[in-house]
Amino acid sequence: MSKRVAITGNEALAEAMRQINPDVVAAYPITPATEIVQIFADSVSNGRVDTEFVTVESEHSAMSATIGASAAGARAMTATSSQGLALMWEMLYIAAGLRLPIVAPIVNRALSAPINIHCDHSDTMGARDSGWIQIYSEDAQEAYDNLIQAIRISEHPDVLLPTMVTMDGFIVSHGMGNAELLADDVVQKFIGEYEPEHYLLDVENPITVGALDFADWYFEHRRQLADAHSKVQDVVLQVAKEFKEISGREYKLFDAYRLDDAEYAIVVINSAAGTAKTVVDELREKGLKVGLLKIRLFRPFPHKEIAEALSGKKAVAVLDRADSLSLMGGPLYIDLRAAMYDSPGSRVPMVNYIYGLGGRDVNLEQIAGVYDDLMEIAKTGKITQPVTYLGVRE
Amino acid sequence: MAELLEIRWHGRGGQGAKTAAILMGEAVSASGKYIQAFPEYGPERMGAPVLAFNRISDEPIRLHCQVANPAIVVVLDATLIGKADVTAGVPEDGLYIINTNLSPSEMREQLGLTGGKVYTLDATQISMETIGRPIPNTPMMGALIRTSGLLTIDEFIANTRDRLEAKFRPDIVEKNIQAIERAYQEVQGEE
Repeated sequence: MSKRVAITGNEALAEAMRQINPDVVAAYPITPATEIVQIFADSVSNGRVDTEFVTVESEHSAMSATIGASAAGARAMTATSSQGLALMWEMLYIAAGLRLPIVAPIVNRALSAPINIHCDHSDTMGARDSGWIQIYSEDAQEAYDNLIQAIRISEHPDVLLPTMVTMDGFIVSHGMGNAELLADDVVQKFIGEYEPEHYLLDVENPITVGALDFADWYFEHRRQLADAHSKVQDVVLQVAKEFKEISGREYKLFDAYRLDDAEYAIVVINSAAGTAKTVVDELREKGLKVGLLKIRLFRPFPHKEIAEALSGKKAVAVLDRADSLSLMGGPLYIDLRAAMYDSPGSRVPMVNYIYGLGGRDVNLEQIAGVYDDLMEIAKTGKITQPVTYLGVRE
Repeated sequence: MAELLEIRWHGRGGQGAKTAAILMGEAVSASGKYIQAFPEYGPERMGAPVLAFNRISDEPIRLHCQVANPAIVVVLDATLIGKADVTAGVPEDGLYIINTNLSPSEMREQLGLTGGKVYTLDATQISMETIGRPIPNTPMMGALIRTSGLLTIDEFIANTRDRLEAKFRPDIVEKNIQAIERAYQEVQGEE
């Protein structure tokens, strides 16, 4: 039976990791993800899990050890944030290239400089082309649910890719809210035993991992990586369907909130979506046709489905909690504009708001202001400013 | 959204504002309501002004922005008044609970309030006499329970006792419970 508890995002993910009971966890602490591993380490020392816990001297080593364990045939996990993820960089690509189904919670935090420990999405957005599946989460409930589903998604024989499950640093990781947790045996039954087909410790069937792969085959293997990503959407939906049966909670590729008949839509990732849904409800009370699309699966990007959901809207605003410095807007906006390029019907006017860098609060009035801007764009047919920095001192 | 109650805790680093918000959140959650409890993360220095917040609702809470218009303000340290803006954003009918040896009417004058309700409690004195250390957060929770009617004192104590027992020795737990009970009795409202 599910039970509703008061819990922080970090506590919820540490609890999910305890219930997953991975074979190996290798980690190095970094704010704001530290607590996940710290609480999980308690479970290790108290014998509540069977995990081999490897303390390492850096995040680069954490990811390296996780890769080694996964290649050996273990269900292996780690967790990190920000600079920690940045230090894992070269190993992220190796985890994906070796097709290792590692699952890692990443607690979103800004990158230095200047030094900042608070939330934005610069860290995971920078890792978007690493070959990892990326699943974003609005609150502790979604992070918990997504982490459990990620095990099944990553380990699916059609997929075999690493997955990062993200949530917003401090806002969700350290903020206490409510979540319904599943029973241990329900989680165990849902994720099942991990039975890799090829692994290093299978001494009867020796394999080579990480071989040199020049111009003769490298291209084919990288092409296979894209092919694996093309299988992810179906698996995500199948796993979500099964997850609903054990939890009652429904997940899709993205969350369409009052979007169907909406004329003006905001597209947003993670915790700010909760605040924006409240604005949607308030404006709907006034009879305004507004809606919201919250990204869940960002890599691979469900571009056709998202373009279809947004086609025919009078105006769309994309909210990015990271900048790309292309001067064309944030990473989500750039992807969405590309996705919408081939969408049927007339071109939907789209604008971008970069917000919340380094933990800057985004409030109800600011989001209501974005909807005002969209209505003005639809009325005048003019976009005066494609990219706006929302809530910054200019 | 259904009725949403927001609470802002003002304290100084080390006085337990964050812990109070979390214990209050957990106790209210156990009663079946939805909650949030979170601090404002700044430099975490002993003695520096800090903020913590609660949201409470009968419906799931989706907001993830800062609390701007709290209906209840709890001040753990009266020396913050005049330095931290404890009345900022508070509606006209807001409720203030302040740790001070002054009377509610004296405190009202200091704050320059015309409306709302002001309650005072010498929580530092109570914590010295019960716990033996100046930790005003525990008694201030008792005062909040009395003045807000969020929970019955028995519900609150039962839940908080469980939480404290997970962390502290039995004698420390009892002293904290005493502090909550005394505060519940001694908090002063206006005539």
